[in-house]
Amino acid sequence: MQKLFATIAVIITGAILLNAVEDFPRFGDPHSPPNSGVSGGSVSSSVHYLQNTYLDTRVPNVVTAVLADYRGYDTLFETAVILTAGIAVFAILRVVRRKDEEESTGSEEKACSGEFSTSDSDGEGRHRVVVGTACRVVVPLAQLFGFYIIAHGHPSPGGGFQGGVVLGTSFILLALAGGLGSALGRLREDMYLRLACLGVFIYAGIGLLSLFFRRNFLDYGALSGLLQTGGEEMARSHGIFGVELGVAMTVTSVMFALFANLSTRGELKGGL
Amino acid sequence: MMEWIKTTIVPHFNFWIYVVIMMLGLWAAIGKNNLIKKLIGLSIFQTAILLLYVSMGVKEGASIPIVDETMGEAAVDFMAQGGGAAGATAFPINPDLFANPLPHVLMLTAIVVGVATLGVALALCQVIFRDFGTLEEPEILNQIQTIQDDV
Repeated sequence: MQKLFATIAVIITGAILLNAVEDFPRFGDPHSPPNSGVSGGSVSSSVHYLQNTYLDTRVPNVVTAVLADYRGYDTLFETAVILTAGIAVFAILRVVRRKDEEESTGSEEKACSGEFSTSDSDGEGRHRVVVGTACRVVVPLAQLFGFYIIAHGHPSPGGGFQGGVVLGTSFILLALAGGLGSALGRLREDMYLRLACLGVFIYAGIGLLSLFFRRNFLDYGALSGLLQTGGEEMARSHGIFGVELGVAMTVTSVMFALFANLSTRGELKGGL
Repeated sequence: MMEWIKTTIVPHFNFWIYVVIMMLGLWAAIGKNNLIKKLIGLSIFQTAILLLYVSMGVKEGASIPIVDETMGEAAVDFMAQGGGAAGATAFPINPDLFANPLPHVLMLTAIVVGVATLGVALALCQVIFRDFGTLEEPEILNQIQTIQDDV
């Protein structure tokens, strides 16, 4: 019965939406309203971004500049949403035990000591030679690639969100290959929680810095007084980079926090 | 029939595909009983929205929205010579050569926030499974009903 109602509702909604499809612009039309503005109206914001981004910020990648500068408020609070999601998962799932209970379960301390453990962290000692060795080769490369994506967000596709996800994935790979203990040995829980908060703090801090130069919040052009080189345009470019670093920190640690809590039901022990 | 497909579907095929994918997701979200299957439906729904936005920013014969350094420097020189008032036709950066950056920006953040919210949803599902021992919605509702009847 429920499925019948669902089918009817979906068919009606779909029919209404398909009826409106006629009025949408043709696929790939460079002069459609979303791409170049309504005819007779003012120039659309996307055309403004394309024509002025390099002049304003000296950043060739328009997406990065729009993300971190023109729409800085949006991205600041998106980052805050990601941090909130990380805190929410922590609040919902995390089981915190007292120290003496912790010790009675035993065997965990060894896995958390930072050794690259190829044995299962529940002490069964199943050796994963192939996976462990492959992981040892792939993880540094993945992290290097993540930093490359963050650092080259200006002239090529990339930035804080993308690079942060790659970095977070490298820690998840570590956890999958050597047990969660070996990943937590590299990035402890208190460290990733601090890192997530530090990312949002860096972002908001760079925005607040421009207030001290009597300019608007998140107006990185004001930082030229601090950096002393290249004028306001280069100051915006550097400000965008700082902001991207903050975003990357938050995304990296929240991705890993989500995996660590979800895969162990908040115990942060054993893992998959 | 072929004529109708050519004139109606082909110029707008991205919108047809997005409606179909979105309705698949909506059906899963309201027609399925399992909470995980509902989440999968919501993810499919979200993917359809991403497709809608990104496909609207496509321009024929355009490249990715990264301005060439030489083209950018030409624009800087152009502005330095006071050419801003001369009009957009002579401007060195032609917007038709680059895909629309705005949908990419909006969807870039939407994807990451989607992953974060999916994580919260999965955490809630784990807690529900721990407390009720099931993820089937009718069974959960039954258990809640019996708890309320006891009180």
